[in-house]
Amino acid sequence: MGRIWEEHRASVIALGAALIGFMLSAYIVPEEEQVVVIAAGEPVRTVNTPGGKTEAGIYLRIPFYERVARIEKRVLDLDMTDEEVLSNDQQRLLVNAYARFRISDPIRMVERAGTTEGVRIALEPILNSVLRQELGRRTFSAMLTAERGTALANVRDNLNRQARQYGAEVIDVQIKRTDLPDGAPLQSAFQRMETDREREARTIRAQGARDARIIRAEADAQAAKIYADSFGKDPGFYDFYRAMQSYDATFAPENGNASSSIILSPDNEYLRQFRGRR
Amino acid sequence: MAGKKSPWGGGSGKGPDDGDGPVGENGDSGNDEPGSDKAKGPRNPWLPPGSEDGGRRAPNIEDIFRSRGPEGPRRGGGTGGPGFRLPPRPGGKSWFPVAVAGIIGVGLLTTSVHLIDPQEKAVVKTLGNYTRTLDSGMRFSAPFPIEVVDVEDVTGVRVVRIPETGQKAKLILTGDQNLVDLSYIVRWNIKSLENFKFSLAEPVETVNEVAEAAMRASVAEKTLDQTFSGQGRAEIEQRVRLRMQRTLDAYRSGIEVLGVEIAKADPPADVVDSFRDVSVAEQNADAARNQASGYAQQVIAQAQGEAEAFDQVYEQYRLAPEVTRQRLYYETMERVLSKTDKTIVETPGVTPYLALPELRRRAQQAQSTTTVTPQEGQ
Repeated sequence: MGRIWEEHRASVIALGAALIGFMLSAYIVPEEEQVVVIAAGEPVRTVNTPGGKTEAGIYLRIPFYERVARIEKRVLDLDMTDEEVLSNDQQRLLVNAYARFRISDPIRMVERAGTTEGVRIALEPILNSVLRQELGRRTFSAMLTAERGTALANVRDNLNRQARQYGAEVIDVQIKRTDLPDGAPLQSAFQRMETDREREARTIRAQGARDARIIRAEADAQAAKIYADSFGKDPGFYDFYRAMQSYDATFAPENGNASSSIILSPDNEYLRQFRGRR
Repeated sequence: MAGKKSPWGGGSGKGPDDGDGPVGENGDSGNDEPGSDKAKGPRNPWLPPGSEDGGRRAPNIEDIFRSRGPEGPRRGGGTGGPGFRLPPRPGGKSWFPVAVAGIIGVGLLTTSVHLIDPQEKAVVKTLGNYTRTLDSGMRFSAPFPIEVVDVEDVTGVRVVRIPETGQKAKLILTGDQNLVDLSYIVRWNIKSLENFKFSLAEPVETVNEVAEAAMRASVAEKTLDQTFSGQGRAEIEQRVRLRMQRTLDAYRSGIEVLGVEIAKADPPADVVDSFRDVSVAEQNADAARNQASGYAQQVIAQAQGEAEAFDQVYEQYRLAPEVTRQRLYYETMERVLSKTDKTIVETPGVTPYLALPELRRRAQQAQSTTTVTPQEGQ
């Protein structure tokens, strides 16, 4: 060890200096990042940008004079705070959306926003207001369903226009949540649901009663038909037969009522034989 | 030496010149133990008995350096313990280059040989630039600063639970502006590791957000009743899966959505009673229908019975109409008249006195005394 130092002092020092120089000037750009090289505060070149030619790898810079700003190359996430949106028909809705964006023009981004965090801070209020504007033009139910797609496309285009100023590109905007605000709107929705269920319960009960009534009536009708078919064969005899049954039922004292008194006239059919042959 | 002392207490690492035993209370100099009054407090239960200075579990770094005295760790080499010296290397050279070479060797080995499990894959970045993907098995790469290997579970199914367990239920608006309390599970894995690694900054969080957006959009297309029905649920699950996949593909996320399962779809807790009332109403309606059906059976059976009875009698009547008729008449009259009061007015011209007051009195008696027998008036 000592001997090496004695014999190759100059080359060892040169090697060390070269190593230190290399460490200072070389930088690695990973796949996930893009880099803007800033020379004395002025962006001069980029590495591994979405459209650029120079890709990830190891690169050199002039130490101290050139500075490297590393920027995320992947798709970033812009989250919105819960925003209360007033719909066209004056209903309030709590909306939460997110946008996905990436830095497509890193030089502009470095100049205008500094960091990706700066881009987020700049874009968030824009997303909020664009979304509010766009949804505010729609009715409550449209917000929920059909026009959601076109509304979001509009929001994305609007936001994208603004984002380009910061070197960013908006890929997608999605509504994450659409909720009713706490308090009166939520309570009235609950009330509406409740009354809706009450109506349903009532309808079901009424339908049950109706069906029951119909079933009874049909049974009565069928019974009547059975009677008619049977008794209609000889209405005269039925009259007699039924009368006999009826007398039994009416005059029989078996059901605990007072017994009946009958005054018979001598002309009565029953007494025909009683009088003897005339 | 140090090895014989308690490895936990402050006595360890003190070196041979520290004469105090491990039992010496506050035996160390004051500046050595700034928290020496801590020893008076409750004893640290993790310390072995006898070690009273339980202020710390391990010696701090200053102690180690100080106790080693002039033979600091740099001179002594990383491999030796305190005061420990390796036997001299043959040839009288230092062990230092050997140790450095050893560390570098281990480093090379651990960063260039990779054992990748069956469900895993790995991306390799050569000087930051993505170069290749490693399949499972024993794989090699250039050592650390040159190539970086990032191993990830690819085929293993990951499960996202929304809302997360313990989180407050989120109510989702349906297309008919009702609210439903929904919880669901999303299963996903990675279909393209390169995209997964290099397209999205936060892929896992993205899955959650995309799932929530897709679920709310899909529920908004359905009515409340549909979300409760089995078929509607299946449709929602299917749509959420397709929506998520479309969105994630648009992000080039490399994520495959394997399935979405709705674990629970309930009415919100505030209105659950009225939903129960609906099912009660259904029961009530069914009960009414059942009762009516019972009545119908009864009425029809009775009709059939009576008709059959008449038919039977009529059958006989037709064989001998006059006789049967007379017989039925007399039999009935017999039954009726035998049990009633009879008055026969034989002589023409006699006006019968109708004992109406008498009849009324009898009727009243019959009503007031419930036990009255029919024969009472005779």
